[in-house]
Amino acid sequence: MAPSTISAALLIARKDLAIEFRTRTAFFSAAIFALLGIVIFYFAWDPTAVAPVDLAPGVLWGIFTFSGLLGLQRSFGIEQADRAIDSLLGAPIPRESIYLGKAIANLAFVVAVQLIAIPAVQLFYGVPLLEHAGTLAIIALLAAIGLVAVGTLFSAMAVNTKLAEMLLPVLSLPFFVPVVIPAAQATARLLAGRPTDELVGWLKLLIAFDIVFVAACTLAFPYTIEE
Amino acid sequence: MIATRALGRRFGGRTAVRDVTISLGAGDVLALFGPNGAGKTTLLRMLAGLLRPTEGSATVAAIALPGGAELRAAIGYISHASMLYGALTARENVELAAKLFGVREPRTQAMRALERMELRDRAETPVRLLSRGMQQRVSIARATVHEPSVVLLDEPFTGLDDSGSAALGAHLAMLRAAGTTMVLVTHQIAEGLALATHAAIMREGELVRIDQGSAIDPSTYLGVYREHVTHGA
Repeated sequence: MAPSTISAALLIARKDLAIEFRTRTAFFSAAIFALLGIVIFYFAWDPTAVAPVDLAPGVLWGIFTFSGLLGLQRSFGIEQADRAIDSLLGAPIPRESIYLGKAIANLAFVVAVQLIAIPAVQLFYGVPLLEHAGTLAIIALLAAIGLVAVGTLFSAMAVNTKLAEMLLPVLSLPFFVPVVIPAAQATARLLAGRPTDELVGWLKLLIAFDIVFVAACTLAFPYTIEE
Repeated sequence: MIATRALGRRFGGRTAVRDVTISLGAGDVLALFGPNGAGKTTLLRMLAGLLRPTEGSATVAAIALPGGAELRAAIGYISHASMLYGALTARENVELAAKLFGVREPRTQAMRALERMELRDRAETPVRLLSRGMQQRVSIARATVHEPSVVLLDEPFTGLDDSGSAALGAHLAMLRAAGTTMVLVTHQIAEGLALATHAAIMREGELVRIDQGSAIDPSTYLGVYREHVTHGA
């Protein structure tokens, strides 16, 4: 009996993570990109004009957004080299499980990059990110789910085009905005020491976008891979 | 096991396959020949449920195309691309397929499939380090690990050395004896006819000749093929 949607998704996610763990190409590229971005922003920053708590959330979410794209680019790229995607499409599993498997692997990838970038931002900008580790982890995870949900779908759409590397950011970035804005706002309020009530509204917005994006992208995915 | 009726596929204004009618029973092997761009791969992808037909109808393993999970469970598809992950080992690739097809004891069955292709000793080698011929054999193990009732092969002999060709030929003969229905697309007429119960020539999206059983004469078939393809008989 063929595996259920979730079992098949976990098999695909484990396969993608095993490939990334052995090659490490996308993760190292994204991690180095994130660190370089943080360093460049640091040297361009005038601490007498802008307080670190005002700058850090923007840096953090800008870096997450663009470094995440590097992993998303590779997500369906690894399926194209020898048409391995056909082995997934030819298996008796729901098409949605391919999307969910890819999304789970991409989520692990983005979270891993966040685990490197957050301490680096604290180190360079002196902001107390790790003091709010629990709340920040919730914000980061909710935002990562939204980014990955949209990015995985567009990665599948873009991979068969000649301009895949250019098309993915062009398609994805407008849809990242509704996720990045509440994430950055919630982070800014967290760092400014604002009351928790002020964060809750932004977190609710993030959860709403996550639900909409995950549901809509899961349902849309089978149509993006039909020939 | 495979029955098509005026099956066709258009890509925009271009017709890749048209009016293909074939009928194959259990244990039948159709060797399909034709020049590049004749529509052979498009036909196979439709039969595999990877491509939706735009004209006609077909059933594969008693399931109407384009089918779904049930159809895909009955099919093993081997393309000229290896459909493997280079960073994973041969065993991991075949085992992943076994798990996705719901095979019981996936690791054991994966090892058996590799053994049939004489690759047991290379099971733990990453696929990217294997030769093209070995990759093709792993690909065949991947496609047949779930013991499908229909196997669709797109140029499976490409890149194989003598030993690989012999192992593949023996394995396909075994599948045929077990009642597996196969469609074999190949440019190698001798290898194709050695297994075939039916032979067909495809040109410009159409089947221009179909023979079966004793009507297939390997000694003259190359001439027949050239006549149909080169001179458009």
